[in-house]
Amino acid sequence: MFEAALDGTFKGMYIQGEDLAQSDPNTQHVVAALTSLECLVVQDIFMCETAKFAHVLLPGSSFLEKDGTFTNAERRISRVRKVMEPLAGLADWEVTVRLSNALGYPMRYSHPSEIMDEIASLMPTFTGVSYDKLDRLGSIQWPCNEAAPDGTPTMHIDEFVRGKGKFFVTEYVATRERSTSRFPLLLTTGRVLSQYNVGAQTRRTSNNVWHSEDRVEIHPHDAETRGIAEGDWIGITSRAGETVLRATVTDRVQPGVVYTTFHFPESGANVVTTDNSDWATNCPEYKVTAVEVVKVEKPLDWQIRFRQNRETRLPSKHSTPASV
Amino acid sequence: MHAETLVRMVNDISAFFAPANPEPEAAAEVAGHIKRSWDPRMRRQIVEIWQAGHADFSAVGRAAVAILAAEAARKAG
Repeated sequence: MFEAALDGTFKGMYIQGEDLAQSDPNTQHVVAALTSLECLVVQDIFMCETAKFAHVLLPGSSFLEKDGTFTNAERRISRVRKVMEPLAGLADWEVTVRLSNALGYPMRYSHPSEIMDEIASLMPTFTGVSYDKLDRLGSIQWPCNEAAPDGTPTMHIDEFVRGKGKFFVTEYVATRERSTSRFPLLLTTGRVLSQYNVGAQTRRTSNNVWHSEDRVEIHPHDAETRGIAEGDWIGITSRAGETVLRATVTDRVQPGVVYTTFHFPESGANVVTTDNSDWATNCPEYKVTAVEVVKVEKPLDWQIRFRQNRETRLPSKHSTPASV
Repeated sequence: MHAETLVRMVNDISAFFAPANPEPEAAAEVAGHIKRSWDPRMRRQIVEIWQAGHADFSAVGRAAVAILAAEAARKAG
C-alpha cells in the first residue's frame, strides 16, 4: 500500500488504532507514503505519531468503552463488554457507521450483535456464531456451523483442506542485508515486558518506572573499541537512516550485535530499520539491520524537540482520567 | 511498485520452492502463492514486466509468471 501511495495510485487510507509511523520499518519511507495520500483518516484514542499526518482525526474508544468480540490466535471468539460509556461519545463501530452513512452507504445496526449476525449470514465458518451462543458457551472457536455447532477446538484432525499434508525440503531464503566494514554490527529491535509496542498505552503510565527510555545495548568489547561508556549518547547509522540513543554496556548482547526497543517515538528505532521483509508474509525484518555506532555529543535536533514537548506535556497527561 | 521490487519478490518466493520441486511443480507453487497473496494490480504489473522481457527473473520465477500470464489471457478471452 505504501508503494502504491508513493506511485500516486493509492489515495486514501482509514487507519484504526495502529501507529505505523512509529511501529513500521524505515520511517522515512512510511512518512513519504503517508504524506502522499490525498486523504488520511486516523481513528485512535491518542494523538499518536500517525495521527500527526491525518487530514481527519476520529475519536477512538478503548476496550473498556465498547461492546464487541475479540478473536485470538487459536480462533477463539470471546465477548468484550464495556464497563463505561465512551469518553469520546461514540464507540468505534458507531463512528464507522456514521462515516459510512455520510459517504452514502447507510448502515442500520443498533448493536454489535447485529453486525455479528450479518457476518454469520455471509461466512460459512461463522454460520453458528451469535452473541446468544457466546453468552451461553463463554467463547467459541471457529469454524462454528451445522457440522460443529459448539465450534472446533482442533482443526485438520484427519486431513488438511488440500487432503494429506505435503512435506518437502525448503531452502532458507537469506536476507540481503549484509554487514560490511561500513556497517559492521547487526541491530536487533525488540520489546520489554513493561511497555507495549509503540507504548501509546503504557508510556503514559507508571510503567515508566521500569523502562523510561529506549537505550541501545552494546557488548563491552564493541563499546571499548569505540570508546563508548555506560550512558553515553551514541549515533546509530544504517543504510536507511540514523538516530541517537543512550548506551547500555552489557554482555546480555553478543559481540557484533546491538539491541534496542521502539517504545518511545523520540528514539527513532525504525528510522534505522530497512524495507527488507520475508518472502512468504512480507513481515518486516526488525531483527537484522547492518549498522555502525559512534559516540556523539547529543541527540539529533528532532529528538531534542520531542523530549522537550513530552516533558512540558507530561503533568496534564497524569491528571487526566484516561489512565484508568 | 518498482519493477525491481516485484521481480525480487518473485525470485525470493521461487528460491523457497525451487530446490525440492521439479520446475513445473515449483512454478505452479510460486504462481499459487502470488495468486493468494498479491493484490490484483501487483499481479497485472508482474505480467506486464514479464511481457516486456525483464532480464532478472530466475528460471522458476519466469515460468511462474508465464502461468499467471496464460491464466490472465484466458480470462480476457
